[in-house]
Amino acid sequence: MNATTFFMLIVRRQLLLAVRRPIEIANPLLFFLMVIVLFPLGLGPAPAQLATFAPGIFWIVVLLANLLTADTLFRSDFDDGSLEQLLLSRQPLYLSALAAITAHWLLTGVLLALVSPVFALMLNLAPSAIPTLMGALLLGSAVLSLLGGVGAALTVGLKRGGMLISLLILPLYLPVLIFGHGAVVASVGGLPVAPYLAILGAMLCLAIALAPLAMALGLRISVDA
Amino acid sequence: MTAATRPVLLEARDLGLARGGRQLFESLTLTCNSGDWIHLQGANGTGKTSLLRILAGLSRLGFEGEVSCMAELLYLGHHSAVKPLLTPRENLAMHLSGAIQRDAAAIDHALAAVDLYGYENRPCNSLSAGQQRRVNLARLYLSEAPLWLLDEPYTAIDVGGVQRLEARMAEHIADGGGIIMTSHQRVSQPGVSTVSLDEAASQHGAES
Repeated sequence: MNATTFFMLIVRRQLLLAVRRPIEIANPLLFFLMVIVLFPLGLGPAPAQLATFAPGIFWIVVLLANLLTADTLFRSDFDDGSLEQLLLSRQPLYLSALAAITAHWLLTGVLLALVSPVFALMLNLAPSAIPTLMGALLLGSAVLSLLGGVGAALTVGLKRGGMLISLLILPLYLPVLIFGHGAVVASVGGLPVAPYLAILGAMLCLAIALAPLAMALGLRISVDA
Repeated sequence: MTAATRPVLLEARDLGLARGGRQLFESLTLTCNSGDWIHLQGANGTGKTSLLRILAGLSRLGFEGEVSCMAELLYLGHHSAVKPLLTPRENLAMHLSGAIQRDAAAIDHALAAVDLYGYENRPCNSLSAGQQRRVNLARLYLSEAPLWLLDEPYTAIDVGGVQRLEARMAEHIADGGGIIMTSHQRVSQPGVSTVSLDEAASQHGAES
């Protein structure tokens, strides 16, 4: 079996597992919806005020939704021994880790990006900013998934890694928050958004190159312990 | 064939492991040539599983000595790596060891060999514990790895199943493979060499 086939096999496997337990797919979306609904209640329903805060609200909720699901990335595979088999495989662990993240991104980031126009309208975000929001979400959430994967790989061996993963990973999420938010704000103000998206793209390239390496090492340490 | 002409599959020199302040084993030297069937024995807590994990390369730190594995290996651990949400067929077709990619016919044949004919399309969470172990054991019929590391392969398997399993292992040995396994049951096959971990800190070897 060559590396590409194996990559696709893992992606298909993860997606199939998710489809068999649909609540796992629905959870981030429901969480997203719940938190988005909280803000008008907490900040007051003045449309102008909501529109000002909308880009920031969006990105913070995406960050949290991603963090919430990152912990489960390798958890079940660790518990049932699948991870051991993956480590013993002749296939490069770099690609296997990347495949697991790809599946995670499809199930969280891409889904959130697809439904984001609805939530954007709920928060009274300018409709002209929606394409930028979706683009930034697609790029940014991929970076978030990759970073979350590093945290998950390092903490999967611990009984309660949930809190630790937040402490490890949240600081690394900050650049995505800053530039993702910047892109949407620029779009609302009619300014060029390409630089922001380019920086998000650059972060994604860097994360694709480095994060799977860190994940591979983290998984080896976690299984060893 | 003498030992000298048979290819070495795995070589471990001067292995030592201490856990929780207790020396489980030390200066353990083990060689598995093609055609060797090694049975690791020992009471609970003597380090059989730890040794097997070291040999498999899953534990890389915290032990003394060195392991060189020259062959592709198949490892069956304590956890079966069977996904409850997938069917036996899917579990094998999408196995993460990456060593299996066989056509559907071969997978069905393997499932029939472990007595799971008729269960291949049910999700594994509707199977019994023994049947889930059998899904994992079906890999023994699909893998082409010459070296097998089996941790308690007989757990939860009925008498007939154990017999068929031993027959499959004997076949693998006859084909020039090697097996290192742990089990609390006696392995009633000729040519099985035993390594005991009961006397810690004494030297053992699998002479063959």
